[in-house]
Amino acid sequence: MYRGGNDGQAIDRAGAAFSGAASPHSEPVLEMSFRVDRYDFAAAGEAASKIKQVLRQLGMAPELVRRAAVAAYEAEMNLVIHSEGGQILLRVDTEKVTLVACDGGPGMPDVSLAMREGYSTAPDEIREMGFGAGMGLPNMKRCSDSFSIESEVGRGTTVTAAIRIA
Amino acid sequence: MKLADIRELIGAEVLVGEDKLSTVEIEMACGSDLISDVLAFCHDKTLLCTGLVSAQVVRTAEIAGLSTIIFVRGKRPDESVIEMGKAAGIPMLATDLPMFETCGLLYGAGVGGICLGADGSRRGDVG
Ligand SMILES: Nc1ncnc2c1ncn2[C@@H]1O[C@H](COP(=O)(O)OP(=O)(O)OP(=O)(O)O)[C@@H](O)[C@H]1O
Ligand SMILES: [Mg+2]
Repeated sequence: MYRGGNDGQAIDRAGAAFSGAASPHSEPVLEMSFRVDRYDFAAAGEAASKIKQVLRQLGMAPELVRRAAVAAYEAEMNLVIHSEGGQILLRVDTEKVTLVACDGGPGMPDVSLAMREGYSTAPDEIREMGFGAGMGLPNMKRCSDSFSIESEVGRGTTVTAAIRIA
Repeated sequence: MKLADIRELIGAEVLVGEDKLSTVEIEMACGSDLISDVLAFCHDKTLLCTGLVSAQVVRTAEIAGLSTIIFVRGKRPDESVIEMGKAAGIPMLATDLPMFETCGLLYGAGVGGICLGADGSRRGDVG
């Protein structure tokens, strides 16, 4: 079990636990968290990039790594663009890769509307950067085996995406 | 199609990856100015034609495992973005041609598009 930081040895250890004798329990083998700041476009994508690298180091299948990386990137960009800042948590156990993106606001007034393809509240200057297609959350859902959003206006949003390790 | 031939075909300037021109082989391409569309529909190893020149394009290419980026309409990314491309090992070309003509030339030369299912899902996904 490993928490936080970017410690290569710990990732190796987690990798060993992961590929070793299959555990019947879904004990986490790796947990990392990444802070994501609002409007920090210079750093935006670093968490997803790191997550992709870690999963690759764990020896996971390329298509799974890609799905997780895409989901993480969409989650990260939503934190940068739409939230007041938050955190992405990566958790790997023997059965699945789980990504949790949580923020402290502003929350979504209507989650099912936010999930609709093409729906976006991104302002023009964000659209000029190539975001705001209203495809991020649907993309995340497509990439995941289970997907959920909990949101409350004034409190914040938690998006959880899990990908089964076949 | 070799990247070197693509460079020739669209008269592109090579910003990153001069050394890869004769080794990188392109089978599929897509043209988009929307990041989420690229992430949703592009297979890995795809060549991306785009008018976006921000750092996020390189990130997107990295995340989606894209093969090459061609900047269209005479757009040139900043030096910092070119450096990111170098670090990520992603060839980057720049052409003065608009998006439609760039894509048309590539398509006419036999580069394939990405196939979408009726529901917009990707088909023939590479593993
Ligand atoms: N963390 C969040 N907090 C508050 N609102 C959010 C959050 N994430 C998404 N939303 C809302 O949901 C909408 C849809 O999000 P989605 O990611 O699908 O599209 P987008 O970010 O607008 O565009 P794209 O992801 O295609 O660039 C957003 O425009 C925004 O209104
Ligand atoms: Mg989004």
